[in-house]
Amino acid sequence: MLAHYGYKDGSGDYFIIIDTEKCNGCGKCAEACPYQVLEVIPNDYDIEGDNMASVREEQRKKIKYTCAPCKPVSGERKMPCVLACEPKAITHSW
Amino acid sequence: MTEAKTQEYWRWPEYRYTVPGKDWHNAKSITAGVDIGSVGSKAVMMVDGELYAYSVMRTGGVSEDTAVRVTNWALEETGLKMANINYVVGTGYGRVNVPFAKKTITEIACHARGAHFIYGPTVRTVLDIGGQDCKAIRCDEKGKVLSFLMNDKCAAGTGRGLEVFADLISVPIADLGKVSLSVEQEPPSVSNTCVIFAKAESLALLRQGWPKEKVAAAYHAAMADRIVDLLTRVGVEKDFVTTGGVSKNAGIIQRVEKLLGMKALTPKIDPILAGAIGAALFAQALHEKELGLR
Repeated sequence: MLAHYGYKDGSGDYFIIIDTEKCNGCGKCAEACPYQVLEVIPNDYDIEGDNMASVREEQRKKIKYTCAPCKPVSGERKMPCVLACEPKAITHSW
Repeated sequence: MTEAKTQEYWRWPEYRYTVPGKDWHNAKSITAGVDIGSVGSKAVMMVDGELYAYSVMRTGGVSEDTAVRVTNWALEETGLKMANINYVVGTGYGRVNVPFAKKTITEIACHARGAHFIYGPTVRTVLDIGGQDCKAIRCDEKGKVLSFLMNDKCAAGTGRGLEVFADLISVPIADLGKVSLSVEQEPPSVSNTCVIFAKAESLALLRQGWPKEKVAAAYHAAMADRIVDLLTRVGVEKDFVTTGGVSKNAGIIQRVEKLLGMKALTPKIDPILAGAIGAALFAQALHEKELGLR
């Protein structure tokens, strides 16, 4: 499942997309995130599901701002969550 | 002092219903789904996986209280008691506030499952327009979620926005869609990024002398634009269906259909119930799992 967390507002689209088929629930992204945007929760979408990474409820409406320090306007982008994820389950829409 | 009597244009009907000709006494499983939304609360009783009774009402100030009232209302006239229900699943915005729910499940999974029940297994894209958010869901032939996107940051493009707009132009909310479709030519739409801005713009248009119908069309077009924007991010595949209270507004749905170039299926059951139906179906699956049948 592709879980899109975030929002669209007047300034653009801000979504963190987690592919739960790839995510193994290891929690390395949550450890790597300097602003506690991510967490590991039980997979609520499937009654047989395991744990999966997700964006914290209180962060879902402000990731444009919380994630901004990891997204320099120029130079190479090294987003800790994306780098920490071994199965490459995390993508950002902006 | 004499207080003026004003009509509440935003008010929509609350109701309950029992499916005739069904008996719960010999049932193997009686389950309930309680969907506490941001604006409306829904309770659905299911007997052996079939729809039995349901109720829809406005969410009050205390979600726990609303959860109890909406469930008791659905049970009324059926002879069923809370103790007869094998499993209750809570869902929706206020799902943690359903005191008697054994489990809570996110409304996204419930809407996909509910839409699958209402519209059949050909459903692939579900658009849920609720009171305070808008969700685009892609699902498979079993009603399992493949991809989802939820926008709850802003009330533009939601039911609450329509309620505010109904009050602004003094048209009952149930007629709003029809009124917006009565224009001969589509006017340019208002801004779609914020419900307050959209309302302010609509007010300015009314002051300029635009007729109600034209302003309604401009507002509905803005909502449809915003909704289609979200839908295209997850991708739209046939069959396309809508759930939630706003799916009763033909003005929105027809404009979304036009923008997508795709018709939405017609529901046999009130699509506002989709979340609660999904929750009741999950409750049934969980109950069977508990009994060791699965």
